[in-house]
Amino acid sequence: MNCRSEVLEVSVESRQVDEAMLALLHTILLHRSTGKFHYKKEGTYSIGTVGSQDIDCDYIDFAFVRVSSEELDRAMRKSVGEFKDALCNSGSDGVGQISLEFYQKKKSRWPFSDECIPWEVWSIKVNVVSLANEQERQICREKVGEKLGEKVINIVEVINRHEYLPKMPTQSEVDNVFDTSLKDVQPYLYKITYQITDSLGTSVSTTMRRLIKDTLAL
Amino acid sequence: MDSDLSPQDKKDLDKFIKFFALKTVQVIVQARLGEKICTRSSSSPTGSDWFNLAIKDIPEVTHEAKKALAGQLPGIGRSMCVEISLKTSEGDSMELETWCLEMNEKCDKDIKVSYTVYNRLSLLLKSLLAITRVTPAYKLSRKQGHDYVILYRIYFGEVQLTGLGEGFQTVRVGIVGTPVGTITLSCAYRTNLAFMSSRQFERTAPIMGIIIDHFVDRPFANMGHMHPCNYRTAAEDEGVTYPGVEDSQEVCTTSFSTSPPSQLYSSRLSYHPTALGSADLCYQPAYNATHQMVITGKEGGVPQAPVQPSHGIPADQARMPTCTPSGMTCHIPATPSSSGEEAETLSRSSEAKNNSPPDILETTFTRKVGAFVNKPANQVTTACLDLPFAAFAPKNFDFEENDLMVNPPDSPVVESPLQGSLHSDDSTGSSGPLQDDFVMLDFKPAFSKDDLLPIDLGTFYREFQNPPQLSSLSIDVSAQSMAEDLDTLPVKLALYEQKIDEFDAFVETLQ
Repeated sequence: MNCRSEVLEVSVESRQVDEAMLALLHTILLHRSTGKFHYKKEGTYSIGTVGSQDIDCDYIDFAFVRVSSEELDRAMRKSVGEFKDALCNSGSDGVGQISLEFYQKKKSRWPFSDECIPWEVWSIKVNVVSLANEQERQICREKVGEKLGEKVINIVEVINRHEYLPKMPTQSEVDNVFDTSLKDVQPYLYKITYQITDSLGTSVSTTMRRLIKDTLAL
Repeated sequence: MDSDLSPQDKKDLDKFIKFFALKTVQVIVQARLGEKICTRSSSSPTGSDWFNLAIKDIPEVTHEAKKALAGQLPGIGRSMCVEISLKTSEGDSMELETWCLEMNEKCDKDIKVSYTVYNRLSLLLKSLLAITRVTPAYKLSRKQGHDYVILYRIYFGEVQLTGLGEGFQTVRVGIVGTPVGTITLSCAYRTNLAFMSSRQFERTAPIMGIIIDHFVDRPFANMGHMHPCNYRTAAEDEGVTYPGVEDSQEVCTTSFSTSPPSQLYSSRLSYHPTALGSADLCYQPAYNATHQMVITGKEGGVPQAPVQPSHGIPADQARMPTCTPSGMTCHIPATPSSSGEEAETLSRSSEAKNNSPPDILETTFTRKVGAFVNKPANQVTTACLDLPFAAFAPKNFDFEENDLMVNPPDSPVVESPLQGSLHSDDSTGSSGPLQDDFVMLDFKPAFSKDDLLPIDLGTFYREFQNPPQLSSLSIDVSAQSMAEDLDTLPVKLALYEQKIDEFDAFVETLQ
């Protein structure tokens, strides 16, 4: 099984980075989150209810729907905040990429750590632009809103192809497929990584360092 | 086609489709209420949240949806449509979008009804939540208020897209394959939001680009079936009460099984028996509508790509769907926004009928009453002007010709009729040929008081609006000076040549 990979590209102003990333990541997670599983006897389980919440953007003429989960929102904001800081502080031309990767864990024997097998990766390429005056900002506000609308339609189109999804796990394996740490919802296991492209075009990849660290961690 | 489906699966599938249709209508209408929707996640299943999504049920909307369905289900040849339109306070209306839930003949025999279809329908509802915030009608609905409201209409049968105007666009929300057909959910939305109003009076076009509100009065079938997308609280209701969300004891199951397919029957025993309401499925064979939704506009068109089932299908599960009535919610209608905003949004073009040549000074004067409607000038009186400082507007005058708010007095350059002035008799300059046609105005500028200063602000304004013509611009004077200049030119040149050294020294001091 090959990992499904989708790439989205947006050009935004620096103050719009947070909201644009949150809009797209939350739209994806809305579709990749279920209610909490409650396992019962006889191999049955029940699923909780996922609530939704409308969010208006302040710097973009756009509104989106996210899962009603403060914990999930906090996690997203933290990751997006780190990405934005890296983007602004890197001294690059403001080009970067943030990736939302859904994976499954595969148990390995000691001394090897569990293997993480991605099955879907969403990459959002961001190009930060600088605008000269308020009129351009106003135009950018509307244009980015339209672009994000197109990206939401793209996301929905991909998701509704109904391609590979992990099998529903038994109780013992649920942590290999879902993130069960949240109180109210249960997204598929995911990780968020980012990389910033410097002005020379080479990738200053903090991601790679993290991956190497994870692999070597025993 | 149905022979391969077990009776239980058939029953489950029909129930899923029915409640999916009802929830679809709820999501669409609630997205057009004009306010932000927020529902809570719940870790414990309540048995009343179909498709594991917290979507509240507005009883009126459910009632309308059931009335439209009339016991039928969306199926092949039977589409359920939700039409969203905008209606101004003046009574003009315009279709904004049409959401279509339909089914085609492509069947997926291998798909598991009680799990895969259910989960994919849940996914489709989530997609609907996302897409309803992306179409242009969402922004319009968020701004609805006193000037216009958003209405919805549910109908069952043939899809009608002609009201969306030219160039409407189509977006597909998603598809779900089932053993009896493929469910498709899509939206066709208007892109052209500017229209000419049928009430536009037959006068000359205004010289300035004053926005004229545009709507066309169209014969509107089924206008009586339009409903506002603003839910009233029970206290405000006009005494009409609607039955609870479900008039049958149907709860949606939230239990699944991780057992393999061979244990299907033993798993079924763990569920509660269904208590189906009597007003459930009732198929009516007589139906003429087509299910072909795609009527392409200039840019429309929905790709009908076949969908293959997913591979990671888990062990089969049994499900006995039932649903309990859920509570009502009260949505406060959105606060009104400025009329100018909608006019900016919707009145994108200011086309005007030009029934006369543009060089006629007589201007047509349009005032905005409400967001999108003109009233003919002869119906507008100063009393009903919604101008700022309308009290200062002149009261006894020929409206079109002497409205200084539209055409402030110009300098009295006589020659071109385009520059005819509107000034009063106080003007000291030469006046245009049209001055005799005008009546003296009692001009009262804003913030002026007559009793404080010896000079009235209005007088000051009039005087400086109409300054005397410069003598150098007068043709006779300039013609005379030209002749004199030519005569004296040789003398002047000789004098300058004598003093050329002085001029050169002066230039050097400047460098």
